[in-house]
Amino acid sequence: MTLRTFGLFALVAVLILGTGFVQSWNSALLILNMGLVSAVMALGVNLQWGIAGLFNVGVMGFVALGGLAVVLTSVDPVPEAWAAGGPRLLLALVVGGLVIAGATRIWKRVHRGWAVATFLIAGFFVYRWLLDPAVEAVEDVNPAATGYLGGLGLPVLLSWPVGGLLAAGAAWLIGKIALGLRSDYLAIATLGIAEIIIAILKAEDWMARGVKNVTGLPRPVPYEIDLQNDPGFVEAAASFGMDPTTASTIYVKLGYAALFSILLVILLVLAQLALKSPWGRMMRAIRDNETAARAMGKDVTARHLQVFVLGSALCGIAGAMMTTLDGQLVPGTYQPLRYTFLIWVMVIVGGSGNNLGAVLGGFIIWFLWVQVEPMAQGAMGLITAGMAEDSAIRAHLMDSVQQVRLLTMGVVLLVVLRFSPRGLLPER
Amino acid sequence: MDFLNAFVALSNFVLIPAIAYGSQLALGALGVTLIYGILRFSNFAHGDTMAFGTMVAILFTWWFQSMGISLGPLPTALLAIPFGIAGAAALLLLTDRVVYRFYRAQKAKPVILVIVSMGVMFIYNGLTRVVLGPDDQRFADGERFLIGALDFRRMTGLEEGLAIKSTQAITLVTAIIVVALLFWFLTYTRTGKSMRAYSDNEDLALLSGINPERVVMVTWLIVAALATIAGVLYGLDKSYKPFTYFQLLLPVFASAIVGGLGSPLGAIAGGFIIAFSEVGIVYAWKRVVAHMVPEAWEPEGLLQLLSTDYKFAVSFVILVIVLLFRPTGLFRGKAV
Repeated sequence: MTLRTFGLFALVAVLILGTGFVQSWNSALLILNMGLVSAVMALGVNLQWGIAGLFNVGVMGFVALGGLAVVLTSVDPVPEAWAAGGPRLLLALVVGGLVIAGATRIWKRVHRGWAVATFLIAGFFVYRWLLDPAVEAVEDVNPAATGYLGGLGLPVLLSWPVGGLLAAGAAWLIGKIALGLRSDYLAIATLGIAEIIIAILKAEDWMARGVKNVTGLPRPVPYEIDLQNDPGFVEAAASFGMDPTTASTIYVKLGYAALFSILLVILLVLAQLALKSPWGRMMRAIRDNETAARAMGKDVTARHLQVFVLGSALCGIAGAMMTTLDGQLVPGTYQPLRYTFLIWVMVIVGGSGNNLGAVLGGFIIWFLWVQVEPMAQGAMGLITAGMAEDSAIRAHLMDSVQQVRLLTMGVVLLVVLRFSPRGLLPER
Repeated sequence: MDFLNAFVALSNFVLIPAIAYGSQLALGALGVTLIYGILRFSNFAHGDTMAFGTMVAILFTWWFQSMGISLGPLPTALLAIPFGIAGAAALLLLTDRVVYRFYRAQKAKPVILVIVSMGVMFIYNGLTRVVLGPDDQRFADGERFLIGALDFRRMTGLEEGLAIKSTQAITLVTAIIVVALLFWFLTYTRTGKSMRAYSDNEDLALLSGINPERVVMVTWLIVAALATIAGVLYGLDKSYKPFTYFQLLLPVFASAIVGGLGSPLGAIAGGFIIAFSEVGIVYAWKRVVAHMVPEAWEPEGLLQLLSTDYKFAVSFVILVIVLLFRPTGLFRGKAV
């Protein structure tokens, strides 16, 4: 831990504590919690880009899969929906998987395009014939409240590793197909995959209600209202001189912050150990000179697949954490600028190739993302102070203040790339 | 059995929309492919360049409309396109001067330039949203239809109607003119030839006295024109929303890659391949099939292969298939 590292992390602490003193402790804790989640995402991207040099711009997709995992694990199952079409639906999915596996087998055996195409088309119709009635039956079960199969009803904390596994599985499939591609082709391919995952989340209502959203997900921490009704808690809050409402919201957020911090520290230690191990040195060797590493007998393709799966799993875990924090899954809110490119800004600004840098970038960029809006509001207020109260231009400028954050992120990224291209905490 | 009606339905719902969409994609992909050929990186900011140019054109359209200037049956936006191009060109040249030139001088790796273009993308995106807001904007005016469905039915006595939106016709005509001009420029003018030479072999081009900065400047100017025209045509045909333009990045890149990055002809072919597959796969074929088969065989379902939500999946799947079996694209693009 150099002085620079220490200083920059102290700065983050000052920024968050400052928010607490100047604005409110609730917003400070909100920034802290999402900062912790962002740090996990940035760790994942850093593993892929910083250490292995893989250009993955499909982060959003893996984050969303993590969110889906929360619904699939923690929500109670809907027995009526299962009775209506559950088994047939599962059968259809299995058949779909078998068709794809069979097609790859045929391709490997006979290498005839038309045979594979015929098999795939026939398989597609069988799959749809099995799937469509089941989906219709499931979605017809009380569509206003459920209309989906529900989850497994397991504890919500279990959904974090499940989110990681789900994202890892998807990443394995995608990596098998796309990792052979050149870097910018891989970028476009992953961008497309992320959009497809979001499209699936939006369209497949039987899975997680699609755009009807799943709200009221179970929480790993107590509910505010229960705390406020608990005389012991009210008393304790009073002894700190706080009213029970504020105290309960802060207590809940602190609970999340503790859970997230424990997880982040574990993941960070693992990432650091991996980076310093022979495995980490091999990954960096592959990144810096693929041909030389291949000549030394390293299996580049397999190592790329491995690190792609690991990094995506981290994004999946972070996605599950975020959905747990939000308490709802809203597929419509997943936007590439926010969930893919912003994470990239975090990694580049923090210092790609340095795990601590990625964590730092996660905190700093998230802080900016949140705080640029009020700052811009103030600045815009000054700029427009000379204009008439009811001027249309003034109203428009004040309205567009929230868009300024995109502009700021772009400027920050370009400035860092130009003047400190290795980031705030460069790789050693 | 009624092939004529089937064909009219097919034209109305698949062929004509796909031709218009394909032309828009082709123009966008030409811009991506030119940048890749000359500047040698994948420009992630291209969708937002389209959005910015279109925004300037929209502002001028509104201004013209408020002054009562119009083109009669044609949309006023056509008159505003040159101003949109000028705005986009100014922005692109400024970006090149402030941002890209530095990395060019350093001979930075292409992947660094891609990350730089991410930053540029954020800035353009923010600019567009600050000026025009994130919402849908309407700027189309003039005649809506070249032929309305009702008129067509009355004229021909067929059961199916055929509607051609004027924007679809304008798109096709404009795209043909623009592509013809571009190919004439690249093939016959001195500057065009030097651009192709620079794209083929940078060192040889420098040795023969071609000024690289001039080639780069001309490229940005052409890209500004292509992006703005593509953006305005798309906006007239569908609607204008900054986020939609950002999302166009995927089909546009898919078109350019499927055709072969760096190959202008490939970009056009790619645009149409992507457009036809997208429209064809998310279209419910029931109507067309119903005309083709005896009544007893009429299908019950909609015969829609995938729901419209999955249109991105289509460009993606085609992209992956082409890359797996012909990694440099259909028209042998280049690799940096």
